[in-house]
Amino acid sequence: MAYFLIFISAIFVNNIVLSQFLGICPFLGVSKKIDTALGMGAAVTFVLTVATIVTYLLQKLLVLWHVEFLQTILFILVIAALVQMIEIMLKKVSPALYQALGVFLPLITTNCCILGVAIIVADEKQLLANLPTGLEYGLLSGTLFAFATALGFALALVLFAGIREQLALAKLPKAMQGTPIALLTAGLLAMAFMGFSGVVG
Amino acid sequence: MNNALKTFTNGILKENPTFVLVLGMCPTLATTTSAINGMSMGLATMFVLVCSNVVISLLKNLIPDKVRIPAYIVIIATFVTMVQLAMQAYLPGIYEVLGLFIPLIVVNCIVLGRAEAFAAKNSVGLSAMDGLGIGLGFTLALTLLGMVRELLGAGSVFGLTIIPETYKTLIFVLAPGAFIALAYLMAIMNKLQKK
Repeated sequence: MAYFLIFISAIFVNNIVLSQFLGICPFLGVSKKIDTALGMGAAVTFVLTVATIVTYLLQKLLVLWHVEFLQTILFILVIAALVQMIEIMLKKVSPALYQALGVFLPLITTNCCILGVAIIVADEKQLLANLPTGLEYGLLSGTLFAFATALGFALALVLFAGIREQLALAKLPKAMQGTPIALLTAGLLAMAFMGFSGVVG
Repeated sequence: MNNALKTFTNGILKENPTFVLVLGMCPTLATTTSAINGMSMGLATMFVLVCSNVVISLLKNLIPDKVRIPAYIVIIATFVTMVQLAMQAYLPGIYEVLGLFIPLIVVNCIVLGRAEAFAAKNSVGLSAMDGLGIGLGFTLALTLLGMVRELLGAGSVFGLTIIPETYKTLIFVLAPGAFIALAYLMAIMNKLQKK
């Protein structure tokens, strides 16, 4: 039950895009069509889950060798290498999946929600602050948190893309066209998500 | 000299990273709950931007083209770690508030973007000017957004109370307010620039 609450909490209550402001660039950039939003969402879910497991284990090594200050440099390099590796492996193992996700993979390295979540999960205090109460710090809860967060990202992206597809048909004042109206829409969406606050303790 | 000045002002107005290029949106939205937070974030980014621009410009002929992006990332991450450690030691209060977004300067597209688009092609002096200009443009934008949000949401600017307690609109310091305030600021900027 507690593990189920991680999902409710990370997808709805503390949505990574709409309440934590991570991954705004792809949120604004690849949300013009539902298809691409779905592809990006799936790619992020995959990479975020794998990257979090790897960086969690890496952090253990950093602590063991007392070089915690290398965290930022190592994490970003590992994520960049991992994304590249996933891309190569997907190409060989599953060309169909590569066709669907391929174009989004290079973009993911600079998606700040990957590094952000990796840093949150690597730190016991920060992860526990993001989990529903009563859960312990560990690889399982960290991985589930990363997976759920990525699902939240995908949900926000797809919802937003759906609205923007309709928005493209609307007549707007010139100054509001493009980014301003997208931000305004995101603001309203964030307000809707605020309705979930307090659901999980 | 004229060229350097043009590069410098270019970053503040014509290529303002927030209002014109729309880059680095995550820290822009997340850290501008008050004017002082926005400004600190802007200054931290500016430091990284200037240093990485200078170093990358110095090393541009040594870095092989194929591995340039990872090399840039390592250089940027080094300066980010320096800022992180320095802030932890000397400004623990602000570090606590900005938290996660300090290490995330590494993935701020402005920094890598300037490295690739400017520092890799220009002289050291010009790259430093470009870093200063873009950094200042980013800082100004963040401070402005922080001021607007703080004024509407908490009734104060830089901690100075201006609007009495009863009239403040809490939503502007919360998540939705960030999107809405930036949307209108950007629309106003668009309107002004069209003229």
